[in-house]
Amino acid sequence: MKYAISDSLVVTKRQLLQLIRVPEVLIFSTIQPVMFVLLFRYVFGGSISTGIPGVDYVQLLMPGIFVQTVAFTLAGTAVGLAEDMQKGLIDRFRSLPISRSAVVFGRALGDSTLNIVVLTVMGLAGYLVGWRPSSGFLNVILGFAFLLLFGFAMSWVGVLIGLSVRSARVANAAVFIAVFPLTFLSNAFAPTTGMPKALQYFAEWNPVSTMVAGCRELFGLENIFGVTANSWPSQNPLEMSLIYMVLIMTVFIPLSVRKYINTAAK
Amino acid sequence: MKSVIAENLVKTYDKGTVKALNGLNLDVEEGTVLGVLGPNGAGKTTTVRILATLLTPDSGHATVAGIDVIKNPDQVREVIGLSGQYAAVDETLTGWDNLVMFSRLYHLSPSASKKRAEELLEQFSLTDAAKRPIRTYSGGMRRRLDLAASLIVRPKILFLDEPTTGLDPRGRQEMWGVIDSLVKDGTTLLLTTQYLEEADQLADDIAVIDLGTVIARGTSDQLKRQVGGERLEIVAESQDLKKVTEIVERVSGGKALVEESSRQVSAPVTTGSKALIEAARSFDDAGIHPLDIGLKRPSLDDVFIALTGHAAEDKKEEEVVDPRARKRKKK
Repeated sequence: MKYAISDSLVVTKRQLLQLIRVPEVLIFSTIQPVMFVLLFRYVFGGSISTGIPGVDYVQLLMPGIFVQTVAFTLAGTAVGLAEDMQKGLIDRFRSLPISRSAVVFGRALGDSTLNIVVLTVMGLAGYLVGWRPSSGFLNVILGFAFLLLFGFAMSWVGVLIGLSVRSARVANAAVFIAVFPLTFLSNAFAPTTGMPKALQYFAEWNPVSTMVAGCRELFGLENIFGVTANSWPSQNPLEMSLIYMVLIMTVFIPLSVRKYINTAAK
Repeated sequence: MKSVIAENLVKTYDKGTVKALNGLNLDVEEGTVLGVLGPNGAGKTTTVRILATLLTPDSGHATVAGIDVIKNPDQVREVIGLSGQYAAVDETLTGWDNLVMFSRLYHLSPSASKKRAEELLEQFSLTDAAKRPIRTYSGGMRRRLDLAASLIVRPKILFLDEPTTGLDPRGRQEMWGVIDSLVKDGTTLLLTTQYLEEADQLADDIAVIDLGTVIARGTSDQLKRQVGGERLEIVAESQDLKKVTEIVERVSGGKALVEESSRQVSAPVTTGSKALIEAARSFDDAGIHPLDIGLKRPSLDDVFIALTGHAAEDKKEEEVVDPRARKRKKK
């Protein structure tokens, strides 16, 4: 369909307009991750040892918090779509002669745009508390591009959740239950080597972990794996993360679009 | 020519346990207004959703402007406008933002979108509120904006699902005015409503639906005749009830319904205000001064009682013995 892209951009633009009309949303969605940066840096940072001489906790922490934040992109996506559905807006969109993927694609794109702002603010906050990526400008940019792509992939999980639940509140709760354990059962905040063996396997194969490890690599750090230290994902976290992202998108994009087409509001 | 045709539509929910539509047949003549009248849960919204391509029926066939809604939904979307029960606009955005966005989604150019948004805001008396977020609008203003959003490309066929439900009387009047002017421009309209009065005001033709099928079809006059027309209703002091009943039965020439508890006497009449005047004169002659006296026109409840034997709303929760007792409770 020739309007597929322009229709999506109109939907994305609507979301950005919302941020201008209700700036609180943008303010709070940046305050929260910044708060996390400060809490982990100053509350836990003193007592968590990195195990790497000369590297303090904040260097390992920042990639972790970045990944956690973009993983939670799906919350915004899910809640936003659930709200639109509750209010009948999805019905209206579906009665318009627009591309069938425009509304969900536009939403995922909008949430990625919001991530650019959030990541920028977080990066600056990180810099203020001592985060110093050592890999050079290009790699840092590449790292952020990597994070944005992960956020975009996660958005599609959010689309499916948002269109499947009955209300925005359910969406919020469902997302929290799904994502919170994933971000903590990982190497994001503490090294996996301290976990029970069985948990280490899960934590190290967890896409959040491979993402964090990949980002650490791009920001010039080495990541330490426990029991899976010699496995392919631990040796190639960037590649593994890419595989995960492609996998998430190939599964969830078609499912989400189908859900949108067949969705029955109310 | 028929602009809308629905044949034998069946739709079930929850794996067949809830039958929303049970072989529904409908048609709307081009340039006319069909009022689809029915209680909550009768299948009104499901019908509209199917015709507006939002829902696929389990079986049956439907065309809008001659286009099959199941086979060619995209083409149907090009010619219809839909305005739902709740105002489906983005509440955080302004009226202007919304109309420009929807115009863009109908593939008008940016400048044409702005022009169209301006025209519609003007047409629906929303120009002053154009730059305010929708959440600051009154219920009536939201509905008008919602309706405006469904008219961006001047659709040939417009579906309005309960356009005035939840509005206060003034909002309802305004909405009726707006809809009336659209109809005068020749738009074919299918309108669902729970209010007989609304169907009466706006529709050329009325289809009464219940339990997923059309149970009566005709002009509002035809339907009211079927229901039995107007009733003379008198409320009087208890000691006068016997006399009042006699007079009412004489004037109406039929049996009167007496409700001791509410001290009300009523009977169907065919002569309208003449019967009212005659009754009043007789009461005066007999030295009786009723507390209330009037002609009641049939309501949706009455239409439903007459057509289905049960009341229009809450039919599952409560068995209604006397519809008029309920009506008073609502007041």
